[in-house]
Amino acid sequence: MKRVAAYRHPYPGTQPNHLHPPYVSSIKRAPTKPPVKIPYTLSEITGPSFSRDIVAPMASDLTRGHPGEPLGERIIVSGRVLDENSRPLGNTLVEIWQANAAGRYRHEWDQHQAPLDPNFAGSGQAVTDSEGCYRFVTIRPGEYPWRNHYNAWRPAHIHFSLFGPAFATRLVTQMYFPGDPLLPFDPIFNCTADEKARQRLISAFDWETTLPDHALGYRFDIILRGREATPMEE
Amino acid sequence: MSLQATTSQTVGPYFKIGLEWLHRDNLAGEGIAGERVTIQGRVFDGDGVPVPDALLELWQANAHGKYAHPEDTQDKPLEAGFTGYGRVPVNAEGIFRFTTIKPGPVPGPKGGEQAPHLMVSVFMRGVLRRVVTRIYFPGEARNAADFILHLVDPARRSTLIANKTAGTPGTLEWNVVLQGPEETVFFDLGL
Repeated sequence: MKRVAAYRHPYPGTQPNHLHPPYVSSIKRAPTKPPVKIPYTLSEITGPSFSRDIVAPMASDLTRGHPGEPLGERIIVSGRVLDENSRPLGNTLVEIWQANAAGRYRHEWDQHQAPLDPNFAGSGQAVTDSEGCYRFVTIRPGEYPWRNHYNAWRPAHIHFSLFGPAFATRLVTQMYFPGDPLLPFDPIFNCTADEKARQRLISAFDWETTLPDHALGYRFDIILRGREATPMEE
Repeated sequence: MSLQATTSQTVGPYFKIGLEWLHRDNLAGEGIAGERVTIQGRVFDGDGVPVPDALLELWQANAHGKYAHPEDTQDKPLEAGFTGYGRVPVNAEGIFRFTTIKPGPVPGPKGGEQAPHLMVSVFMRGVLRRVVTRIYFPGEARNAADFILHLVDPARRSTLIANKTAGTPGTLEWNVVLQGPEETVFFDLGL
């Protein structure tokens, strides 16, 4: 077996620690013992891949599939998926989920006193094209209260889930909106030490993808881990 | 100047909305060779309380020790229907369960062979980036020489090895313990 080229470790401060006490749920759920460092093997550099066919053609338009139009501000969220070496990652599954325009998730545990929207389910899927591009049509999610601390509100966000080419590249993240006044107070957004890394979670308003008389465009590029330049020494 | 990987964020409590469509609790459909096994267990938090909102993802080789992935260039058979992918949520009691086949050994460091194992990612509210671990198999002779297991404190290795269950052959038990003396061994893959 030839040597295995590892994936890069994150730049310091750009990924959250497991324990982030301002995010109260992390206190009883963050592992306390240091993780065991292991070399990359075939098990980590391989990972699930999915046929493009599993995603329905309309799955990237969250405003369709219901009898009527969902309430809220229609938006287009698009971007590219690249690795740390600037290589576009084509054929990568992107899954998203979000609250409706009133800040309510269609989930039995969400009992926030805000209306459900019969025309909005809040989940979508897309597969990136050969340039790593994806595009969703959806509505801007609402902010909503949660019980982490007194008068706690989550900034508007869309959850993103990506696989990339390997087990090592799996990423779940959240996309935020520019100018959201709740961002400075949100312990989840602020879980990461590096200011620039946090700012990269905020999408950018995008004239280029804004459709006249129809929808505002937001751009959100996603970077998955890239390979080390040279195979690991054994 | 290279780019930096996007910061991980928690899946939160409502991930079912976005991830349920790709749940897979049977990794071994018809025509997939190998010893069938059901693996079940629970996820526990730092108070020993079952976590009702966790999600496990699985990745494994087939019974020949071949991954369904282009970087696995081994000359071994790969069934057309085998993906090696699983995604299972816990229920309200923190219990998960899935069925698969015991994978074969795959290549490891220094030209060696790894003992059969499943790769596991665990996601949940309160966990800002996934935790990564492995499930090994009980009574497997190759465990004794496994390179990765040898990097783990011997006192903690048992957290990575599933247990046989009395009275139900073919069913193994393996738990995820997030904190405490029985804390599961998690691996550092960077993310």
